[in-house]
Amino acid sequence: MTRRLTWALPPALLLAAAFLYPLALVVRQSFRPDTGGTSLQPYTDVLGSVAFREALWTTVWLALAATACCLVLGFFLALVIAFVPFPGAKAVARFVDVFLSFPSFLITLALLFLYGTVGMANGLWTEVTGAASGPFRFLTTPWGILLAEVTYFTPFVMRPLLAAFSQLDTAQVEVAASLGARPGQIVGRVILPEALPALAAGGGLVLVLCLNEFGIVLFTGAKGVTTLPMLVYSKAILESEYPGACVVAVVNVLVSVGLYGLYRVVSRRAGA
Amino acid sequence: MTGIRFERVSVAYDGTTVLDALDLTVEPGEVMALLGPSGSGKTTALRAVAGFVRPASGRVFLGGRDVTGLPPHRRGIGMVVQQYALFPHMRVADNVAFGLRAQKVPRREIPARVAEALEMTGMGEYGRRYPRELSGGQQQRVAIARALAVRPGVLLLDEPLSALDARLRSGMLAELARLHRELPDVTILYVTHDQVEALTLADRIAVMDRARLQDVGTPRELYRAPRTEFTASFVGNANLLPVTVGSTGVAFDGVELQVDTQGVAKGAAATLCVRPHLVGLGPGPNRLAGVVGEIQWRGATHRLYVDVGGHRVMADVRELRRPPAPGEAVEMHFAPEDAVLLAAGVSRD
Ligand SMILES: Nc1ncnc2c1ncn2[C@@H]1O[C@H](COP(=O)(O)OP(=O)(O)OP(=O)(O)O)[C@@H](O)[C@H]1O
Ligand SMILES: [Mg+2]
Repeated sequence: MTRRLTWALPPALLLAAAFLYPLALVVRQSFRPDTGGTSLQPYTDVLGSVAFREALWTTVWLALAATACCLVLGFFLALVIAFVPFPGAKAVARFVDVFLSFPSFLITLALLFLYGTVGMANGLWTEVTGAASGPFRFLTTPWGILLAEVTYFTPFVMRPLLAAFSQLDTAQVEVAASLGARPGQIVGRVILPEALPALAAGGGLVLVLCLNEFGIVLFTGAKGVTTLPMLVYSKAILESEYPGACVVAVVNVLVSVGLYGLYRVVSRRAGA
Repeated sequence: MTGIRFERVSVAYDGTTVLDALDLTVEPGEVMALLGPSGSGKTTALRAVAGFVRPASGRVFLGGRDVTGLPPHRRGIGMVVQQYALFPHMRVADNVAFGLRAQKVPRREIPARVAEALEMTGMGEYGRRYPRELSGGQQQRVAIARALAVRPGVLLLDEPLSALDARLRSGMLAELARLHRELPDVTILYVTHDQVEALTLADRIAVMDRARLQDVGTPRELYRAPRTEFTASFVGNANLLPVTVGSTGVAFDGVELQVDTQGVAKGAAATLCVRPHLVGLGPGPNRLAGVVGEIQWRGATHRLYVDVGGHRVMADVRELRRPPAPGEAVEMHFAPEDAVLLAAGVSRD
């Protein structure tokens, strides 16, 4: 017993020092208004503000929508890579691995080059039509952020799915076909149920990452779109309003943990 | 009733021919065994029937209908593979119901059909279990029930018993024979590399080697009168002796042997095939004299390996009271009608 404790102690201490202590500092700061003392004042201020509630809503729906899109798109793409024989399928699967190592802002930057106000698409448009500016402005809207997040996070769903698909016995697929199941039925009744755990794992990861995504939102330069991490940034760095920033950070953490917990419960219900 | 017909079916992977112009007809209701060594193209032939490999040339017919271009789910076959391939996330009953649901069998008929199929394979009690809660033999029964539930005209079995241990295997072999008696209309293509399975179960055996069909016939024909050296040695054991054909018999190692030489040109080189259990010990017609190299006791029989002029001749004789010792000279004989003469050139090429 004591032996086990001795082994558990160093990692626990390390965890506390590296993670829990700074977190505790943030929480403590969130109860210390600039006017001095300890009170719930920062909370009532922040939670009462329209900016906060809009940021909370934007964050949650963007994360949920991005996760849903990533799951659908990732499942479909992984399915094609794993089961449709085409030359280069291996290379594509390999590329997915590499893609995971890219920083998120890189994707946003690439999208800026394509669809930004001075990007290729708009450039082409102005050249051809002679208009002063192009029609592609969605990048600075929530849809732009959604596009960037889906682009960047879909491989996070594909990776565990591809691993799961490679474990799946192809004989099962063949037997199902011989029994009269069409490709759609095989996907729905054999492949999808067996891939649910992997799908749930990928989805959970994407959900949490999206809730906390900062780089993508910053790089799209969407002025009107504020998410919780952006709000923390602007309060802390731009306005030097630390207690408020800490309140938003605490809420961000709670939302992350809460939604992730809910997600696990739901996906476990679904049999994953 | 549905028969199977291969019409010059060839399959190649990356330029290597793994099935070479297969011509084979399986009659409706017949059990045809595809027998051959590993890599001879048996599974490939079966997969061509199921629709999982597309022949480079040739046609496949099911019940007289050309199905060469038809996708697997529209062929109406049942398939059982070596590793069961049950759906792990479904209970046994749902596994068996899978094909019925896929084929849109009316919902209220399904439970009865599932129960019937499970009953037939002796798995009636296990409908609520998951595959992982079953032994290998039970899983294979479920796989067979799943294939039979859709009442296929053609049942494809790819080494269905090879993952089972020897005792279970002989039990399942008897069960498969019983199933076929109960379902005489189902045409069965049975892939195996085990000659006992093929001899026991099949109405006819197709012997395959190196992508080619070597021989087709009833087990008895192939055993009694093999047409090639390969068939002779693969279907049952055989002594294969190089001989020269004479006018009334053949010459083996300078000794005249009386055998039927019909159909083989005089003076030609040929191979004489004699089954070990048809070789007797002691003097007699068609005498072979040699020296015992090795002797094995096999319970009811003794197996003798006798060196006759540099050739090894096997003899299976009833258990001997006083078996000869290695190095002892012995005489053997066989009846002229028990030998088959194989013309050279029809041997495995
Ligand atoms: N998908 C594939 N790609 C390339 N070569 C293949 C493929 N499937 C089979 N082969 C080759 O085709 C040949 C015949 O294979 P097949 O599976 O038909 O043999 P088999 O007679 O069933 O052997 P076994 O008794 O070992 O199952 C083998 O040499 C095998 O390596
Ligand atoms: Mg095989």
